[in-house]
Amino acid sequence: MGEEDGERKFRFVGTRPIRHDGVDKVTGRAQFGADYSLPGMLWGRVLRSPHAHARIVRIDTRAAMAIPGVKAAATSADLPEIEPGPGPANLAHLSRNVLAREKVLYHGHAVAAIAATSEAVAERALLAIEVEYEPLPVVLDLDDAMAPGAAILHEDLKTRGGKDAGPTNVAAITEYDRGDVDAGLAEADVTVRRSYRTQTVHQGYIEPHAALAQTGVDGQSVLWCCTQGAFTVRAYCAALLGLDVSQLKVIPTEIGGGFGGKTTVYQEPLAILLARKAGRPVKMVMNREEVFRATGPGAATHTEIELGARQDGTITAARVRMCFEAGGFPGSPAGAAAMTVLAPYEIPNYAIESLDVVCNKPRTAAYRGPGAPQAAFAIESALDELAEKLSIDPIDLRLRCAAKQGTRTPYGPTFKRIGLIETLEAARDSSHYKAPLGPDQGRGIAVGFWFNAGLNSSAEVHLNEDGTAIVATGNPDLSGSRASLAIMAAEELGIEVHRVRPVVADTDSVGFTDLSGGSRVTFATGQAVIDACRQVVRELRQRAAKIWDCDPDQVDFVDGRCVPAKGSGLSEEPLALAEVARQAGRTGGPINGQAQLTARGAGPSFATHLCDVEVDPETGRIEVLRYTAVQDAGRAIHPGYVEGQMQGGAAQGMGWALNEELVFDTQGVLQNPGFLDYRMPVASDLPMIETVVVEVPNPNHPYGVRGVGETPIVPPLAAVANAVRRAAGVCITRLPISPPRLLAALHDESGGDS
Amino acid sequence: MTRMHITTCLNGEEIDFLCEPHQSLLHVLRDELKLTGTKEGCGTGDCGACSVILDGRLVNSCLTLAAEVQGRSVETVEGVAGPVSQAGTVGLHPIQQKLLEHAALQCGVCTPGIVMAVKALLDREPDPSEREVRYWLAGNLCRCTGYDKIVRAVLDAAAELRNLPEERQPA
Amino acid sequence: MTCLVEIPTALRALCEGELQVQVPVGNVRSIVRALDERFPGFREQLGQSFAVAIDGELIHDPWLEPVPAGTELHFLPVIAGGQETQVSVNAAYAAPEDVEAAVALLAEAGSQGRVLAGGTDLIVQMRTGQCSPQLLVDVKRIPALGVCELGTEVLRLGAALSSAVLREQPEVRRVFPGLVEAAELIGSEQVQGRASLGGNLCNGSPAADTVPALIVADATCIVAGPTGMREVPVAAFCTGPGETVLGTGELLVELRVPRPPARTSDAYLRFTPRSEMDIAVAGAAARLELGDDGRCRGARVAIGAVAPTALLVPEAAEALVGSDLGEDALEAAAAAVRAASRPIDDVRAPAAFRTHLVGVLSKRVVRIAASRAAGEPG
Repeated sequence: MGEEDGERKFRFVGTRPIRHDGVDKVTGRAQFGADYSLPGMLWGRVLRSPHAHARIVRIDTRAAMAIPGVKAAATSADLPEIEPGPGPANLAHLSRNVLAREKVLYHGHAVAAIAATSEAVAERALLAIEVEYEPLPVVLDLDDAMAPGAAILHEDLKTRGGKDAGPTNVAAITEYDRGDVDAGLAEADVTVRRSYRTQTVHQGYIEPHAALAQTGVDGQSVLWCCTQGAFTVRAYCAALLGLDVSQLKVIPTEIGGGFGGKTTVYQEPLAILLARKAGRPVKMVMNREEVFRATGPGAATHTEIELGARQDGTITAARVRMCFEAGGFPGSPAGAAAMTVLAPYEIPNYAIESLDVVCNKPRTAAYRGPGAPQAAFAIESALDELAEKLSIDPIDLRLRCAAKQGTRTPYGPTFKRIGLIETLEAARDSSHYKAPLGPDQGRGIAVGFWFNAGLNSSAEVHLNEDGTAIVATGNPDLSGSRASLAIMAAEELGIEVHRVRPVVADTDSVGFTDLSGGSRVTFATGQAVIDACRQVVRELRQRAAKIWDCDPDQVDFVDGRCVPAKGSGLSEEPLALAEVARQAGRTGGPINGQAQLTARGAGPSFATHLCDVEVDPETGRIEVLRYTAVQDAGRAIHPGYVEGQMQGGAAQGMGWALNEELVFDTQGVLQNPGFLDYRMPVASDLPMIETVVVEVPNPNHPYGVRGVGETPIVPPLAAVANAVRRAAGVCITRLPISPPRLLAALHDESGGDS
Repeated sequence: MTRMHITTCLNGEEIDFLCEPHQSLLHVLRDELKLTGTKEGCGTGDCGACSVILDGRLVNSCLTLAAEVQGRSVETVEGVAGPVSQAGTVGLHPIQQKLLEHAALQCGVCTPGIVMAVKALLDREPDPSEREVRYWLAGNLCRCTGYDKIVRAVLDAAAELRNLPEERQPA
Repeated sequence: MTCLVEIPTALRALCEGELQVQVPVGNVRSIVRALDERFPGFREQLGQSFAVAIDGELIHDPWLEPVPAGTELHFLPVIAGGQETQVSVNAAYAAPEDVEAAVALLAEAGSQGRVLAGGTDLIVQMRTGQCSPQLLVDVKRIPALGVCELGTEVLRLGAALSSAVLREQPEVRRVFPGLVEAAELIGSEQVQGRASLGGNLCNGSPAADTVPALIVADATCIVAGPTGMREVPVAAFCTGPGETVLGTGELLVELRVPRPPARTSDAYLRFTPRSEMDIAVAGAAARLELGDDGRCRGARVAIGAVAPTALLVPEAAEALVGSDLGEDALEAAAAAVRAASRPIDDVRAPAAFRTHLVGVLSKRVVRIAASRAAGEPG
């Protein structure tokens, strides 16, 4: 908890005002990615690979260009060649994902793009593009990719962190260890050893990717797109197209869901490229099938775990080996998974190994707490089995080894104040945990952890002449962040929340800001907003001092008013913020605050989830009867949206556990590229989702904020699986627990890993 | 290709437009009439973001041809709220107001479809159970909220509408 | 009696350079045919979608528009978007108001024509490129296709009647609870507002929910065609996935469902992984007639999504008739149902799972139908 805020009583923090963009969103006025158009606009479409793995021999767009109405065509030859290099965002790979160069690496991989006077003409032109492919053996999954003699996706790929000289499909190995695992296991009275698998899943945002680009003859471009990070899009597009960053302005539209899936670029650089070539604005909107075939997904995984414990529940050792499918290019969250998998627990001996493996599926993208849900599914399932073997209550078992202040994490740092124990205790004490269960019903519990991110943020606060304020930041509002930022500004400035107008600014209008992800907006950008507001307050005190003809130290700022400081001896009537604002012109000019920071000390957020299910033993169908999500939010700025994040993450996690999976055939072709067969939960699939917000303040934020957005998707996979295991009496080692899979497990008690 | 000349009643107003015979109502609303409040999430009738009310029935506008609405009546999200009153308060329909009060939207892209679906439900059934609300909304995917707050907002809006005196009921 | 046709510029070469031609009066269709006879290829050149102006009045979708004597007719083949507008999907749309007109349009269009009822399958197929018809015949404006009439002998259901309307008939639901619950399961509320029983049947999906329910109800299809009307039992209507007995120009007009005997009721159950918005992985319908002794006097059992078409399973009925509907009889019926099914493995479910499920569903659905027949609540 920051300096003066120890026992601070909040006026607006913790209230539930109506969000500022709410009316626009319930009346249809809010403009999302596909809602923008320009006069003379062309439509862009993308030609996609019919092969999951093939060498591109030749691309010829001449016949397509000859079709009336076709104005531009683009292939990788139009993009500057970027040599493969290291770095988290490997631009050579990104460039090749945006338009395939030497090879196509998954079915649906973009190969060429067309801009034409209508979508229909563009579609027809795609058919006229001649592409000669030399098909290569398809590397379907982890097992294929790591089999001896496997076809290699990238000839130049070496294993980062590994000893093998390559070529290989294993892009990276992340390892963490401590103590002596074999000795620890030898010490154990009980061990659990299991292998777990999860399938490829999609973020499933309802709004398909959309971009509209306009380029002037001077080469200056404007791009409207639905993205989690306008500055990220600007950086990627500039780099991929060889532009100066200053030549490109990115205007983030409202965004219809991202969940990590809109943190990269697909057609955004193509829209700019086509607009440059055609000299007309170009709009590109993916259809749902393209979203499923060529964007996102969250990685499929295979995890092997060995856990040992003494009879009293002390965990003696853990060995974890995880493999993540990266898709066509390296970059799965295998590393993050390695960091998170044992983070909630104090275990004296452990060895963690996690592999990033390429195969011929779409390039994976971030998905809400990337890597953590898959890792938690494995460890939390194994722990639950361990609890059962030890006849210890599963919450008690976790409490015995729960990480707390001072626990050293496997990835290095030592936890400051964290709230895991508090969430476990709240779950244990809830009415849910004590409620009776009927036949064929079971209750599962699981814990989740996510680091939360800090990164770079800028904020500007403009005090208007009537005492209202503009708060401009560079973070697209995914789920109510305008409200949380405005609440914090209101708290600092002492004005009503609705006298603050929060603005999602474009890349020309606010300083650099990293994307809306990592549960960082309310924490990091919020901190920038608070800093900028505090500058405004300092300025207000100086202006009041000018008006009162005294020293600024003699002026305090309390509840939106400048008042004489205690002991200052001044007897002036308080000056309301609006009054000081009105007089700004004669006291030194406009009053604005501006702050930028690299936020450090993001507070990790822990959650404990409870799930009750009923299993139909004849059909394998699972119904979720009751669900409770408990989470440490640090400080809930707008509790309604904190609860909403917890409920939404829980629902996504339940979908992941129960029915969601991208199904590929033996040629790597996705079989269910639509919402009908990619079965996300619908309203009638779910119960109410109870929430318990625990507030253990983050000492590194002025108000104690931790991030809340990602943690809620981490526990549900295991919470559901553990509930099913207890209801049906079979071990769940494979997601999704779809009815045929559960029924097979019920018929073959040897386990679900069939 | 011949365009068809269609006359229809849109949000209470007689309008006409030209469309191609195969064009969906959704595309005409968005691309010809520039009413972009109706959203496209899938184009195959699986997400409900494009829900509109056609002659009193809830339909997916992506699965309705524009040509079919000749002489009929279409309601879209743009027609649900009233104008801003002189006092400056927005003339939101109770469904819209309750969605906001319950924080029942996050990204908001499914919200126009939800508004239309709920309106169609409450026009038919003023006192739905939680189960009825959930099944009625099964055709409206929301990926952000887990539906909890949406369902609560609908039940609350229904109660509010039941208690409104006749003269204050929305049109 | 004749009228004067102005030949559009694009077609003049074909029409031997004629600017104007006198043709016998009739409607636009007869005039196009006459011109096509005189100038072979005229119709093809004109294309499927065009407008006309008759004495200066612009008429869209004019195929059946009368052209009286002495009028001047202009063809307007392309009026939108300039030369750049060339789209791959360019179906014409017609909304006839009687069965004869619909049949004539369909006969004319041949394999290029498709009936548009609720559109919830057809428009998706068009969008995903599975079909690209040249003529869409919207049949929802034909009164005969919207009837819903429960008589003393028979229930008449217009082929374009939407599920939403059917559900709102309490008396139909009382007599045919299984049929109505099957119709209710199709898609979302949004889809219910459009999807029709006739469309569900004509789409030919093996997983269509209403088809097993119609089969156990012994429903008959009334089909109109160029040579008149014919009747086809629902059980024989679908011939394979996406295939039906309908020939060129034929239109499903109505479904006729006989009123069941006393102490008889029906039920339909399907299995889907989600509670809604899903396609049946397996489905089963049953109609049970109980004797005064409470034993099963008559039975019909049909299954869906486990064979190329929905199937009536007489062996399952045999296992039930005469029995007390105890566990043995139900298990025998389930075994018969499993034996009759020939499912496929696909993304929605493995074949073995479907076979297992259809057995489970058939037992459950028989129990429900029997309790309804016995007049028990629920």
